[in-house]
Amino acid sequence: MSDGSERPLTGDFRSDGRPLDMGEYERAGGYLAIRRALKEMSPAEVMNEVKASRLRGRGGAGFPTGLKWSFVPDGEGQDAAGPRYIIANADEMEPGAFKDRILMENNPHMLIEGLLLGAYAIGAGCAYIFLRGEYGRAAKAIERALAEAYEKNHLGKDILGSDFSLEMRLHMSAGRYMCGEETGLINSIEGKRAIPRAKPPYPQVCGFMGRPTVVNNVETLCNVPHIIRNGAEWYKGLSQKLSADGGTKIYGASGRLKRPGAWELPLGTTARELLEEHAGGMREGFGFRGLLPGGASTEFILEEHLDVRMDFDSVQSVGSRMGTGTMVVLDDRTCPVGMQLSLQKFFARESCGWCTPCREGLPWVVHMLRAIEAGEGEMEDIDLLLEQARLLAPGHTFCALAPGAAEPLGSGVKYFREDFERHIRGKRCPWKIKSL
Amino acid sequence: MEDKKLITVYIEDKPYRVKPERSMLDACLTLGFDLPYFCWHPAMHSVGACRQCAVKQFRDENDKKGMLVMACMTPAAEGVRISIKDPEAVEFRSKVIEWLMLNHPHDCPVCDEGGECHLQDMTVMTGHVYRRTRFKKRTHRNQYLGPFVNHEMNRCIQCYRCVRFYNDYAGGRDFGVFAAHDNVYFGRQEDGVLQSEFSGNLVEVCPTGVFTDRTLKAHYTRKWDLQTAPSICVHCGLGCNVIPGERYGTLRRIRNRYNGQVNGYFICDRGRYGYGFVNSERRIRHPYYVTCGASGEKEENKLDEGKALPHAKSLLQGAKGTIIGIGSPRASLEANYLLKRLSGPENFYAGFSGRDFNLVRRIISILTGGPIRTPTLKEVAEADAVFVLGEDVPGAAPMLGLALRQAVRQKPVEAAKKSGIPVWNDYAVRMAVQNDKGPLFIAASAATRIDPLAEGVFHGAPEDIARLGFAVAAAIRPDAPAPQGALPEAAARLVPLIAARLKTASRPVIISGTGAGSMAVIGAAANIAKSLLESGKGPGLCFVVPECNSIGLGLLGGKNLKEAVAAARQKRADTVIVLENDLFDRLSAPEAEALLAARQVIAIDHLPNHTVSMAHMVLPAAAFAEGTGTLVSNEGRAQRFYKVYVPGGQIEESWRWLAQLLAATGGAEFFTLDDVDRALAEEMPVFGGVPAAAPPADFRMSGLEIKIPRQPHRFSGRTAIHADVDVHEPKPPVDPDSPLSFSMEGFDGRPPSALISRFWAPGWNSVQAVNKFQSEVGGQLHGGDPGKRLIEPASKGPSLSYFTGIPPAFKRAWDKSLFLIVPLYHVFGSDRLSALSPPVAELVPSPYLALNPEDARDFTAREGAEIRLLIEGVSFRLPVRFDASIARGVAGFPFGLPGLHGVELPAWGRIEVKMSGWAEKSAGREWGEGEAGDV
Repeated sequence: MSDGSERPLTGDFRSDGRPLDMGEYERAGGYLAIRRALKEMSPAEVMNEVKASRLRGRGGAGFPTGLKWSFVPDGEGQDAAGPRYIIANADEMEPGAFKDRILMENNPHMLIEGLLLGAYAIGAGCAYIFLRGEYGRAAKAIERALAEAYEKNHLGKDILGSDFSLEMRLHMSAGRYMCGEETGLINSIEGKRAIPRAKPPYPQVCGFMGRPTVVNNVETLCNVPHIIRNGAEWYKGLSQKLSADGGTKIYGASGRLKRPGAWELPLGTTARELLEEHAGGMREGFGFRGLLPGGASTEFILEEHLDVRMDFDSVQSVGSRMGTGTMVVLDDRTCPVGMQLSLQKFFARESCGWCTPCREGLPWVVHMLRAIEAGEGEMEDIDLLLEQARLLAPGHTFCALAPGAAEPLGSGVKYFREDFERHIRGKRCPWKIKSL
Repeated sequence: MEDKKLITVYIEDKPYRVKPERSMLDACLTLGFDLPYFCWHPAMHSVGACRQCAVKQFRDENDKKGMLVMACMTPAAEGVRISIKDPEAVEFRSKVIEWLMLNHPHDCPVCDEGGECHLQDMTVMTGHVYRRTRFKKRTHRNQYLGPFVNHEMNRCIQCYRCVRFYNDYAGGRDFGVFAAHDNVYFGRQEDGVLQSEFSGNLVEVCPTGVFTDRTLKAHYTRKWDLQTAPSICVHCGLGCNVIPGERYGTLRRIRNRYNGQVNGYFICDRGRYGYGFVNSERRIRHPYYVTCGASGEKEENKLDEGKALPHAKSLLQGAKGTIIGIGSPRASLEANYLLKRLSGPENFYAGFSGRDFNLVRRIISILTGGPIRTPTLKEVAEADAVFVLGEDVPGAAPMLGLALRQAVRQKPVEAAKKSGIPVWNDYAVRMAVQNDKGPLFIAASAATRIDPLAEGVFHGAPEDIARLGFAVAAAIRPDAPAPQGALPEAAARLVPLIAARLKTASRPVIISGTGAGSMAVIGAAANIAKSLLESGKGPGLCFVVPECNSIGLGLLGGKNLKEAVAAARQKRADTVIVLENDLFDRLSAPEAEALLAARQVIAIDHLPNHTVSMAHMVLPAAAFAEGTGTLVSNEGRAQRFYKVYVPGGQIEESWRWLAQLLAATGGAEFFTLDDVDRALAEEMPVFGGVPAAAPPADFRMSGLEIKIPRQPHRFSGRTAIHADVDVHEPKPPVDPDSPLSFSMEGFDGRPPSALISRFWAPGWNSVQAVNKFQSEVGGQLHGGDPGKRLIEPASKGPSLSYFTGIPPAFKRAWDKSLFLIVPLYHVFGSDRLSALSPPVAELVPSPYLALNPEDARDFTAREGAEIRLLIEGVSFRLPVRFDASIARGVAGFPFGLPGLHGVELPAWGRIEVKMSGWAEKSAGREWGEGEAGDV
């Protein structure tokens, strides 16, 4: 990888958008990490290297990856009693997020190598890629890459002459947001309803088929080959001291921007830099009102927060979360109530129906938002919306879905309350042209 | 002395000592706190779905902020500190109700659940009052789920208990949860009869009115208007505790009565819905005698009040020879005992069939003679290895099948526990256990409904089942006798596996019984238990018996019914008294007819049958809900059932008729049930525990003069209920036999466990009130679970010796039309009483003969083709059913289905193909069709 030091995840992408094949990936340094690991490193050393890199989960929660792996009991070797599993969470369904898609469509072998390294570290003999059902292009790319990997004995029995074996399968999701939650995902692969499981026990102890299982986000896994190949210190340096955490991050931005898209940048790049430099600022005639920094289930931040560094800890200081790092921008020509309604309809629909607050609270929120947007809102609705946002808190619900929905809801009503009141007072949406 | 294992938790800053390995919700309820919940169930534990039991948890005494947690998902660990009263927790719990109520139809005034609705109770408990939403409710389409359970999905609050019970707990496969978000739907994939024999429990498991009792709906009455009393199910030998409810002189429903050692929280559908026979229009309500009319036809002469006894007395005093009594395994202990007194022990015949007589005798000699313990149902559910010999457990004793469904989870759950997952965390446990099952082995004549749970299954003739059993015993202890010759290969393979599993288990249970009709099978089961005992294990030996008082009657003794037939044939029986029995069920028709050809026959029963139709005098007997008495279950547990209501007409308990006859003919005088039980206990030491099975009639709660009411304090219409007869409120009937009154007045607290007529506590109007009656959640009722075990293993004394009568291997008859006919069992149909209940009757299969398809090919290529079956001169016409699980040379005969009785099985039978000249009649027994016995 020539210029890989700055953009290890995306730097090798072909310009024509075709995925790297086995040869191209290997020529760019691919599968060197797993070769090295199998030859020179024990599973514990792989795990320790990842720990030392301070890689944090890119799915949104930012949990340290090496630590997560270390929770698998007796992690050394594949001979421990009973099978263990590693699963790539490729069910990218967070509204506004498309970073994993880019990785899988352009360089599927990197994900496979990441899974290989993870499987080696935790002693898994079987890996799944749980892919969002709509990701047809990624599916094709992965299927081809899997075939190539099997053909060249990068997968299967006694990989590359070692005694390490790994079976890997692509599993297409039938399509529920809930499957992005790791335990809902596990239930789904088992053929059960996609509802979350009780934690503890955590999947690392009791996951797929009741066996130790690690579920990692695609982007997280794609970082692993680079860490093993170049070392933890190199990896930490990638963030150029912008953040306490290491590595690069694929940031994205969508909305009425001049150049919406995704960029691999040092972790800790500011929201303002993303918005103004990389996305080119707002489109002509559109003003900035706020943004959701990390997909739909994060809290709004406003103009005054834009200098925040986009990493896991910094974004919390302005009352939100980095989440997936793929921001959604609200402009002044879009109705904040309408945006909220759109978001909450999604969350209400995607509620699995297991716990009461989420199953019942979110549809009620939708009812109220729809009424407000239709000019049938009542002033009490605003307080009720805020109350629902307060009640749908972490710990109150079974999993993080409803608290995720409450984040844009609570902050949206707080920051754009005047707009909500205008709807109710005027008995119509001010953004809709009055019909004549 | 305080239990060292207890831990301290803090609730509202006060310390409490509780058992560890429980959830905080469990601990709070055990301590008596009112904490609302929906998805948690004491038998199914925690899943954390409803979020109703939210409490505030604090890290320590300095933590003032705390955080909301769900009590059901919080382990009761040392030092855990929670607040139920914390304002944030209180608010959240009321908001959960508000959420649940957004779509609930608020149709309480017309809802069957109203008045005993957990959702109503919890709503009141949380204080949620006002509806703050103005939006439309979501609605659902309801399903037809069969004759037992009504479906009203709009009321659903999505607690998931139904699906957790039906699928996870009871192993159902035709019910589920569909769709997602606020459109979650609980039901079947399409309309249709629920296939699980435990479907009726949905009615009690559902916290609101989604699943309600369809049979109650057919003659609906408000729950608080039901008169109830503690009772015992009469539809198999397990003795499940039930609560029948009556209004306006008819039985309206049966509900489960918690007994921690027996049925726990559930009963089967046969027990819940089999009560219809009590309300039958064909009930015998008045005594009558039979005369011959002018043209020779039979005339029934109704006897007025007070006339029956003198008539019966004159019959007995006019006896020109011996009076013989024929007892009944479905009649109370007291009735059988008094009949034995009346006839004299030398003339008392147990009313079993000849084969059952020997089988039950052998079972009793094993249970009373040996040091082997027979487990309670609860103990079976806790077994970690089970071997079933010769029984169709789900068909013959459904609740034992439910216990086995829990037993196979023991080992995997223990493994999950070892990896740190607490047993109460049901969801986590099930995810850890997945499809792992503990050892269960089944040897039966044909496939049973629990076969899929088993590690190994053998289907064969009773001889081969017995030989497998003997071989297992010999594999465990070489000194146990081993069968000569080879076992069938499928059985031989299982021997070392079964032996190893039983030997390594810590709580092995062997199940056998009368089902295979084989003495050898029972002997083999006893040998296995003995071999385990001698290997240092404490095995349980559980016998399935066919009827509610089989063991009671067996303990009481009496002679073999075959001897009564002989006596009758030798004209040694002048007068025959038949107690609650149809001899045509027990004997062949010629035998029964010979016995009933005695000069005088008196039948005491509650419904007409073939025997009753041949009696010269008939006395109307109380059905179980109309009388008080004692039954002894398969476990040897003596349990009292109480009169729920005073039946109309001249119906009396059988024992009371017999007591009066005894007194009238110069015998001892018994006025109350306690008198009978005392005499029984004095006369036969094995019944020493019977008086203690429940408090005596003069029992009163300490310091109080009042009785315990059968009617709830909300009972309505007391002064008007008889107004069509008399505007004056009638004096309530007197009950000399129990401390219960036919009134709404009396002691309204918590009575002794055997006297609990209903589970109710302030604020807890649903079945969930049972928590308030237990010493700990899911544990025993306060003061101990009801009933008294009559048989406990002798700690010393001679141990039972090994049985040696090992039969030779089953050999097909040389004649290919000869088959060994073995009995098969059906939840609905094999028990004749419940099958008289119209909703149960709907589900009774039509008669058939099951053949291995290979064998059937000799007769017909078509399933359903009719054949003729001849067993010992009795002929049946039956359609053939193919059943590949049945061994070659063996045929399965669904004993007890309409028309299918009057033979003793197993027996050799001849199959004939249809020939011209057969009368065009429907399937069934060729003789006696349309007679009273074939209802």
